[in-house]
Amino acid sequence: MKNKKIKADNTVLAALAGGDIYTRLSTVIMGLGCAMHKQIVKGILIFFVEIAYIFFMITKGISCLAELPGLGEAEQGKVWNEAKQIYEYTQGDNSLLILLYGVAVLFVTFLFIVFWAIQLRESYYLQRRIEQGHPVNNFREDIRSLANQNLHISLMALPLTGIMAFTVVPLIFMISMAFTEYSKENNHLALFDWVGMVNFGRVLNLAGNIGRQFWGVLTWTLIWAVFATLLNYIMGMILAMIINRKDTKWKGFWRFCFVLSIAVPQFVSLMIMHIMLQPQGAINVILKNLGLIDSSLPFMTNVMWARVTIIIINLWVGIPYTMLQVTGILQNIPVELYEAAKIDGAGPVTIFAKITLPYMLFVTTPYLITSFTGNINNFNVIYLLSGGGPTMVGDTAGKTDLLVTWLYKLTVDQQYYNIGAVIGIFTFIVLSIVALATYRNSGSYKNEEEFM
Amino acid sequence: MRNPRKTIINILVHAFLAVLAFIWLLPIFWIILTSFRKEKGSYVNSFFPKSYTFDNYIKLFTNRNVLNFPQMFANTLIIAVCTCLISTFFVLSVSYCMSRLRFRFRKTYMNMAMILTLFPGFMSMIAVYYILKAIGLSEGSMIRVALILIYSAGSGLGFYIAKGFFDTIPKSIDEAAIIDGATRWQIFTKVTMPLSKPIIIYTVLTSFIGPWVDFIFAKVICRANSKYFTVAIGLWNMLQKEYIHDWYTCFAAGAVCVSIPIAVLFIFMQRYYVEGMAGAVKG
Repeated sequence: MKNKKIKADNTVLAALAGGDIYTRLSTVIMGLGCAMHKQIVKGILIFFVEIAYIFFMITKGISCLAELPGLGEAEQGKVWNEAKQIYEYTQGDNSLLILLYGVAVLFVTFLFIVFWAIQLRESYYLQRRIEQGHPVNNFREDIRSLANQNLHISLMALPLTGIMAFTVVPLIFMISMAFTEYSKENNHLALFDWVGMVNFGRVLNLAGNIGRQFWGVLTWTLIWAVFATLLNYIMGMILAMIINRKDTKWKGFWRFCFVLSIAVPQFVSLMIMHIMLQPQGAINVILKNLGLIDSSLPFMTNVMWARVTIIIINLWVGIPYTMLQVTGILQNIPVELYEAAKIDGAGPVTIFAKITLPYMLFVTTPYLITSFTGNINNFNVIYLLSGGGPTMVGDTAGKTDLLVTWLYKLTVDQQYYNIGAVIGIFTFIVLSIVALATYRNSGSYKNEEEFM
Repeated sequence: MRNPRKTIINILVHAFLAVLAFIWLLPIFWIILTSFRKEKGSYVNSFFPKSYTFDNYIKLFTNRNVLNFPQMFANTLIIAVCTCLISTFFVLSVSYCMSRLRFRFRKTYMNMAMILTLFPGFMSMIAVYYILKAIGLSEGSMIRVALILIYSAGSGLGFYIAKGFFDTIPKSIDEAAIIDGATRWQIFTKVTMPLSKPIIIYTVLTSFIGPWVDFIFAKVICRANSKYFTVAIGLWNMLQKEYIHDWYTCFAAGAVCVSIPIAVLFIFMQRYYVEGMAGAVKG
């Protein structure tokens, strides 16, 4: 009980206010507090970390940080070498690497500060345990606790390192790009500077070329996400209900047919669809052979056709998923509800609108949120199916491009990294708004205790 | 007594389902047909091939000069197996910590994970590429290592499903084990894991399938190094202008070869997913 209390009010400020001389000194000489409070090995190890950090900063870190504000000045130059009779290229600064190393050093420094705070608190904690006459772990007991009380440290260490190195640092790096002029435009690929919020202004400015495309893509992204999510949801549910009907035979077989279509890797089935929808593709061939049409339908070449086609094909992809998710829940709806409704004379439509749908919405709100955000980020369907096209001349974004596919084109194909980064940030903002709004609503649902 | 109206409705419903099933299976059926088609090229005049052959499969596995499909298959298999081992360990560890252990950092981590998953997945792709380049993993056989790292490093963020499963295992089991003198590590490996078969299998399968179906990450990392292509890029390449005429029917054959094992695994996974959702202890 007491131990818990010691841990609870163990903060950096408390450590500074209530710490003894050793605890306070460990703000400068890290590990001293631990070493003086009977944990000598641990104290020495902590001290080594501090030495390593200082050594790193002196040899590498400080010079990296010093270049960060200016992002390098020296252009790659050509110098005429009289002796060899050739031009020699001098190594110019590479702003991208400067930025990358700068961000990495900042991140290491941040981790070091966290470490500093932890060791300070630890020292204070040990001090108070000693003051209150509790035993203090020796080093071997500390190691052993890694498999017990401190298991979370051992289990989380590697996954967390992975996330930091391959998700967090790259994200910070990418976000910082949004404030630079790193782009193929005006040839700023090798050397670039900070430009503040200029890129954000360009993206939001409806009058400019980039801005006009941005609002167009954003509108289509939202339309797409709403249609794709709602249609998939409702139709998937109807399909699940039809299969679940008491009188439907071979339920397992029907389900298997639909599951099979999503079991095939998505990139395969989407590429097949892409080929089938070509002017000379299978669909047009079948329709022509049947005599239904004379000339090929412009599935992917006309803006309206392309948008509708993509939403419809996404139904092909999405309905089986919804069906799978929903089947189990449908079977859990209390039968009495339906029986009561029937006695009151409700038809199938009323029953669906008044009982099934509200019940399902209540249970599946989290699923709806994930599928909505998933659709906003639905790279595969758009990229493999239409490639974002049709694209107007002079635009980088096609008429069916989502924010994500446009982001991909801007960075990988066009090398407009700064604009790409801004688009990424806006995608994040859109997603957070959606997620926050819906989580709030589902919270209010929870306050109603239970459905019915 | 049979109700004639009911019979009609039943017939209509079954006919409707049959039509839908036909539409859903049509592309799959078509690709299987194409993989046995003798005529080359992607433009066809009829739905059914004029003559059938097995050559597409033979060419796919023997013609290694232009697009080396067996090599791609091997690459993907290696990457998938390693990714699967690492990410299963990551996902299960993190989920267990989030579900069972209480520590200072826990809430922070869960919030961080929620925020991070809201960023578009490959927004950081370019940055990751430069980081890999800076630590020397962007050339030669290191590309495989790079892809394994990319697929598995972030997997600790996807802990929700497994955590939900661990939450359903009663805490009293853990408490009983603690009284018997077990450490938390022993509880994790000897009590929780044996109870979690469905979710372990689900995690293993999802992380194994991942590298087979990923397309963008592999494309950015491999660039033009055709020796290290995964099947997804290989198949995508077969549909590009320079290859599509000669390789179109082989693409179909390749698609069938990749899809069959993945589809089987997926259907297995689905079963364990449903089982996992039902919770550890059935009521």
